[in-house]
Amino acid sequence: MSANKPDLKLIKNDTPGGENEAYTVAMGPQHPATHGVLKLDLELDGETVIKCRPTVGFLHRGVEKLAENMSYAQVLPLTDRLDYIASMANNVAYSIAVETLLGIETPLRAKYIRTMVMEMARLTGHLLWLATHALDIGAMTVFLYCFRERENLLDMFEELCGARLTTTYTCIGGVRQDVTGHFLETLYAFTEEFPSRVKEYETLIDQNRIWLKRTKGIGVITAEQAVSLGLTGPSLRGSGVDYDVRKHMPYDAYPFVEFEVPIGSEGDVYDRYRCRMEEFLQSNSIIRQCIEQLPAGPVRAEDAPDLVMEYNPAKKVAADATFSSGIIKLMEDRDRYMQGDVYVAAEVPKGELGFYFVSDGHGRPYRMHIRSPSYIHIGALPYLCEGYMVADVIANIGSLDVVLGECDR
Amino acid sequence: MGLLEIATLIQDRYPDQVIEVVTCREQAGVILHKEKILEICRWLHDDPVLQFNHLADLCGVDYLHKKDVRFEVVYNLYSIPTKRRIRLRAQVPEDDCWIDSVTPVWIGANWHERECYDLFGIKFKGHPDMRRILLPEDWEGHPLRKDYPLDGGRRNWRGYDEVKEKARRLREYDFYGMYEDPTKKIGLKDVSK
Repeated sequence: MSANKPDLKLIKNDTPGGENEAYTVAMGPQHPATHGVLKLDLELDGETVIKCRPTVGFLHRGVEKLAENMSYAQVLPLTDRLDYIASMANNVAYSIAVETLLGIETPLRAKYIRTMVMEMARLTGHLLWLATHALDIGAMTVFLYCFRERENLLDMFEELCGARLTTTYTCIGGVRQDVTGHFLETLYAFTEEFPSRVKEYETLIDQNRIWLKRTKGIGVITAEQAVSLGLTGPSLRGSGVDYDVRKHMPYDAYPFVEFEVPIGSEGDVYDRYRCRMEEFLQSNSIIRQCIEQLPAGPVRAEDAPDLVMEYNPAKKVAADATFSSGIIKLMEDRDRYMQGDVYVAAEVPKGELGFYFVSDGHGRPYRMHIRSPSYIHIGALPYLCEGYMVADVIANIGSLDVVLGECDR
Repeated sequence: MGLLEIATLIQDRYPDQVIEVVTCREQAGVILHKEKILEICRWLHDDPVLQFNHLADLCGVDYLHKKDVRFEVVYNLYSIPTKRRIRLRAQVPEDDCWIDSVTPVWIGANWHERECYDLFGIKFKGHPDMRRILLPEDWEGHPLRKDYPLDGGRRNWRGYDEVKEKARRLREYDFYGMYEDPTKKIGLKDVSK
């Protein structure tokens, strides 16, 4: 518990009309610091938040219901619209989940490319987080610096797949196109320069007294509480819990590259900020290793399903083993679309993005559930905000790094 | 640690609660009756060996016309210290559509359960704040149920009548005849003549 957090029991909450009456302020859904359409009902005593009630769902598009009437390949573009800051990471997470369900083995080159683009997405996501988080707290210059590098990365995405934000670059069983030599050269040159850029951001804010006052000891959450709340990603690691899906359940090329998982200790806004700043350098190192180790070969599995997957499995022609007279019969190819359920998670910039699939043996998901980190993080917001000042609510939202498109699905 | 070891542990401890142990793509799931779900979750969470401290995911599934018991509530649990994973699937019949809330075990289950109530209509007993979350509070029906109509029907959208009534009242101020002739422009004199 931090020193500047007051005891909530001491705050008097008088009857309506009294001198110490708490009053309610609606923050959002059009507030610039809520990063989208998040509404917070804040019950205030002076400037202290007594109660915080988040309201979400303004951006609910029913992705899970839509997916039930689409083939697995058709759902992929919908995942771009979840976390639109780093859509490449969602594509990879979704592809991995479907590949696990359908039992498709991705070629090694595709695995390396996907690891590379996922870390690029992590850089874009964290850059936008740092830009807006610093802007919310009052540092304007950082915003401009971050967008300079983010622009470079988005240009590279454009070269890779033609789109800057809604990429849909991966596909089930690999990636859509191979990378070009020019792309790898540009990216490698970027990774050589990027650590010095991170130093630039750090010189701007790391020792800044205003920044430290606004972030140290604010929004403290203990390790036990953070795990119980279901926080994942840098928000959890800031509290000192070593949980990273990339290390715990390695996927794609993560077992082949070396990287460290930065861990905080205090669990305040500053430690969550430090974790993400360290991740910049780790992601940068992973991209470099991927380019250096990139093997040759195909980028798409041979048995990867077509874009148009049949609702009913194809009937294959097979010779009847019991007759030697040459009689052939049609058998249903049920091997691919197996019945069952899987839960597969991946580490996206915000945390653990999980897909839970129930398959009934057809080419469409019978049920798809998206475990989105932002949804859980906003649910944890009252535990971070209550007892602090109303200005710290902004710092807390920024430190959790939420995107409402992913939250509301 | 084998794939089915934890599933076997649950089966040994609660033989009357476990219906079936299923595996799919090297993931193990345990299908349970709903009665003792809170007790089982608390045991999995508190046991010093198992330590399932991370509720990764909680969601509902509707098996309309596919299984005898219509709904299932799925708990994907993960143990951060021991790196193990187990999936619990509690069966919830349609005519007795409730299950115990696991918010006393994991605080983070709060919003998961609200979402499940919102989209499936499964009530969670003991939940501190059982309201809709993603949809408006006056929404009718639970959209992720398989019998929810995909077509919106011929009804007008909510608020249509109010807007129409407002438009009717505004006609009283139609001094220039704009409502009668929408192409008519007001306030602009034609200077070409």
